[in-house]
Amino acid sequence: MISFRRTRAVFIKECRHILRDVRSLIMALAVPLLMLLLFGFALSLDVDRIPTLIYDADRTAASRELIERLAGSPYFDIKGYVDTYRPIEAGIDRGTVLMGVAIPRDYGKRVAAGDRAEVQILIDGSDSNSAAIAMGYVESLVGNYSFELRSDALSRKAGRRFEPPIDPRLRVWYNSTLQSRNYVVPGLIAVIIMIIAALLTSLTIAREWEMGSMEQLLSTPLRPSELVAGKMFAFFLLGVADMLMAVGVGVLVFGVPLRGSIVLLAGTASVFLFGALFWGIFISAATRSQLMAYQIGLITSFLPAFLLSGFVYAIENMPAPIQVLSHIFPSRYFVTILKGIFLKGVGLEVLWPQALALVIYMAVVFMLATSKLRQRIA
Amino acid sequence: MSHAVEVERLVKRFGAFTAVDDVSFQVAKGEIFGFLGPNGAGKSTTIRMLCGLLGPTSGRASVGGFDVATEPERIRENIGYMSQKFSLYDDLTVAENIDFFAGVYGVARERRPERKAYVLKMANLEERQNDLTRQLAGGWKQRLALGCAILHEPPILFLDEPTSGVDPIARRAFWDLIYQLSAAGRTVFVSTHYMDEAEYCHRLALMYRGRIIAMGAPGELKRQLDGHGLLRLDSADPLETMRTVESLPGVRDVAVFGGGLHVTVEEPGPVMERIREALGARHLAVRRLEPIEPSMEDVFVALIEAEERKTA
Repeated sequence: MISFRRTRAVFIKECRHILRDVRSLIMALAVPLLMLLLFGFALSLDVDRIPTLIYDADRTAASRELIERLAGSPYFDIKGYVDTYRPIEAGIDRGTVLMGVAIPRDYGKRVAAGDRAEVQILIDGSDSNSAAIAMGYVESLVGNYSFELRSDALSRKAGRRFEPPIDPRLRVWYNSTLQSRNYVVPGLIAVIIMIIAALLTSLTIAREWEMGSMEQLLSTPLRPSELVAGKMFAFFLLGVADMLMAVGVGVLVFGVPLRGSIVLLAGTASVFLFGALFWGIFISAATRSQLMAYQIGLITSFLPAFLLSGFVYAIENMPAPIQVLSHIFPSRYFVTILKGIFLKGVGLEVLWPQALALVIYMAVVFMLATSKLRQRIA
Repeated sequence: MSHAVEVERLVKRFGAFTAVDDVSFQVAKGEIFGFLGPNGAGKSTTIRMLCGLLGPTSGRASVGGFDVATEPERIRENIGYMSQKFSLYDDLTVAENIDFFAGVYGVARERRPERKAYVLKMANLEERQNDLTRQLAGGWKQRLALGCAILHEPPILFLDEPTSGVDPIARRAFWDLIYQLSAAGRTVFVSTHYMDEAEYCHRLALMYRGRIIAMGAPGELKRQLDGHGLLRLDSADPLETMRTVESLPGVRDVAVFGGGLHVTVEEPGPVMERIREALGARHLAVRRLEPIEPSMEDVFVALIEAEERKTA
């Protein structure tokens, strides 16, 4: 039977520790806020205004029209016009431009004659992600333009207008402007909760061992379950504070849409938070040293939440063994839930498998943590 | 009358190392029972087993009538324990530490103000209750730790080297508190490696290499040295004197003590004569040579040496 009185004493003591330790407060509140602002403002996976250099050897009306097309697109930013390849090479080497477009001398003639004209596109592939996106943009722009040229020529010959046979109408759902912050900020909530769990909770019991106060506590009627419960409530409150901060900043500062149920968000976040806290307690009980606890916490909770959750890096693009590995970390499920609630506005009817996974994770880690603690103390 | 603590053939092994080796003793209610011995003798290990923090390898022990192996929860309600490090929270204030321990000991809400006031008064910390514990000097911390350990008015107290690292005046004041608690009927089980403190105990157990090599009231232990006497010998050159005296017949042991020597001898009278002659022959001036009452340290040294002779 758990004593409310003893649990409450631990809870109050733990809150005082947290409030009095500047380092833990910074870790708990300042780091998450900083991450939110950094990721919200600075991390942009959107590729637009690709810095481009043009080498126009042709200098005809036809070549200028192609350049106009590039200049008119929001995805390209013409940085200048050059007369040789050398400045393009130099620009790509220095990273001042991402792309070079070289139009050969006979381009205008060949276009006018209805022949196959060639345009050379040089792209900096050192950032493969941006290169792939830039390639996609320039391919589709040049392809469309070339199709237009051909159909204009045909129209003139035939005296009637040719329409392209297929006209794709694209509509992007859930994040219509494709802003990366809209999917980064919800995912960040999972990472922030992991900071509380892995980096703060994992230290808390290890600290008692290190200071020698654990022995004192064990000589009192305080039970391990009461110690864990009292500590967890304190860290749970911190987690909730972070959660509110992240949602508030996301919605109010960054304008991230919150389309789904707030109740579902709070419920799943609590389950995830408890699972993460139990994991922190487990690490703490298993190591007894703050340094070890910190490092294990970092490797087993914070990094997977960052790298293997799909928060920034899409899991579908990872190698198969890593994809399998990502299933044992709860952040993966929570990030899916977060994106579902925030962007799609879906509920449990869709997200129940992930929610169930979180509940199972929490139950398993709870058993691990209490058995480890009991084993340590006996 | 049943005893507050009963220990029977208690053994604790850590791998191949035997920390506590077949120890048996009893502590009466209200007694101040001292555990004396050098570091690593097994004092802390024994205390930790009695507090239910460590399971014994074999043997049995009971505290307040409860068995340490089967009823550790009951023991925890009936003891106060002060570990070697004063396990207070440095980042909490004096009052907050008291509140916390009152909570974990389950002191009833209506009793708390009274107990808190008692502890603050006892530790003389009434003026400093809102100071961070980190800011307290050793002696104050130690009294606060004792106060926290008796918030729930336990009948039995275990104090594991409570005075280590504390200045002599604070140590003296601390022992006054121990006497008060004992006078109020509490059993105090205290370990120390300070010989002077051993004299304050009602009864003592001398622990050495995991075993109790002697037990009794301080006076009784001193009388164990009877049959041979102890001499105080001061001379100009203690080292040279020591070398000379050691080899004389009838001398059992010579130890440096303060500025002079303590010489354990079989028959004080004739041996004193022999010492004077031997030192005179070597022109070593004797400033003082007389029989003295043995101190606890002499008893301790003599007993350990006897023990070593036995095992050698």
